[in-house]
Amino acid sequence: MSDHILTLGGVQEEQPAHDAHATSTGISNEKLAMWVFLGSDCLLFGALISTYLLLRHRSTTGPEHLRVPKDVFDIPFTSVSSFVLLMSSLTMALAVGAIHRGDIRRCRAFLATTALLGATFIGGQVYEFTAFKREGLGFTTNLFGSAFYTLTGFHGAHVSIGIMFLLSLFVMSLRGNLGPDKAETVEIFGLYWHFVDIVWILIFTIVYLIP
Amino acid sequence: MSTDLQTHLGSPFEPHHETHEHAHPSDKLYIVTALILAVITAAEVATYFIEGFGDLNTGAQIAILFPMMIAKFVVVCGWFMHLKYDNPIFRRIFVFGLVLAVCVYMVALTSLHLFGDAA
Repeated sequence: MSDHILTLGGVQEEQPAHDAHATSTGISNEKLAMWVFLGSDCLLFGALISTYLLLRHRSTTGPEHLRVPKDVFDIPFTSVSSFVLLMSSLTMALAVGAIHRGDIRRCRAFLATTALLGATFIGGQVYEFTAFKREGLGFTTNLFGSAFYTLTGFHGAHVSIGIMFLLSLFVMSLRGNLGPDKAETVEIFGLYWHFVDIVWILIFTIVYLIP
Repeated sequence: MSTDLQTHLGSPFEPHHETHEHAHPSDKLYIVTALILAVITAAEVATYFIEGFGDLNTGAQIAILFPMMIAKFVVVCGWFMHLKYDNPIFRRIFVFGLVLAVCVYMVALTSLHLFGDAA
C-alpha cells in the first residue's frame, strides 16, 4: 500500500506504491516516451491549426453564408462542450490521484466518469457536424469546411482513442488487473487525456472565439 | 582503464537508478484548479456575449483572449499534467516540441502573408 504525507500547499508526497522499474536515467521510460509523443503531437496540431488559419477566409465556393466562420458556429453550444471536456480533465486527475493512493474503486468510478464526459463531448461534436452538414457545409464544400473538419476531426479522433483507452483501463480494473502497481500506466494515460484537453483549449479560442 | 570508466559510469546494460515518484497534488487542489479553469472559460465565453466585442479588430480580440487561453494551457500542464512537480526533463521535452511548433508555423504563416492579410 502507498503512504502519503500531507505537506504545505496541499501537495502529497507519495511513497512508491510498488517497486519502481529501475532505468539508467532514473526516470520512467514509458512516461518519457509519452512526453516525447506529446511534444511531437504539438507539431501535428500546429500544422492543422496553421492550415485552418490560412484557409478559413479563402473560400470561394459554396453558399455565401457558409464561407464566414462566425456565421456558422454555435458558440453557446460549443462552450458547453468545452466545459464538459475541461471537467473530464478534472475527473482524470482525480482518477490518477485515487490509484496512487491505492483506492481502486474510486479510480474506476473516475475513469468511467471521464469516459462518459469524453463521450458527451464527442456526441456534441457529431451533433455539430451533422447540423453544419444539414446547412450545406460538407467536407468538400469550400476551403473553410475542409480545414475545419480536418482540424476538429483529428481532435475528435484523439478523444475517441482516449475513450477506448479509458474503457480498457475500466475493464482492467473490473478484472482486478489495475492495482496500485499500475498507477503509472493510469498516470501516463492521464497525460494523453490532458493533452487532448489543452489542444481543445487552443482550438476553442483560435477557431471559435476569434472567427 | 575501462574498469575505471565503468566504476564512474556503470555498465550501460546495468540499470543503476530507481525511477523516482514525484509529489502529487491533493484532490482539493485538483478541484480548486478546475474551478479556476471554469472561471477563465466563463470569462472567455462572456466576451462572445459582450456587445461590440465582435466589432473589435482581430488584434484587440487576440490581446484579450490569448492571455486567458495561455493561462488555461499553463494551469492544465502545470497541475493536471504534473509538470510543476515532475522531473524537469519532461517539461523540457514538451516545451521543446511546443516552441518548435510555434516557431515553425509562425515562420510558415508569416511567409504565406497571413498576418499581412489580417492587418
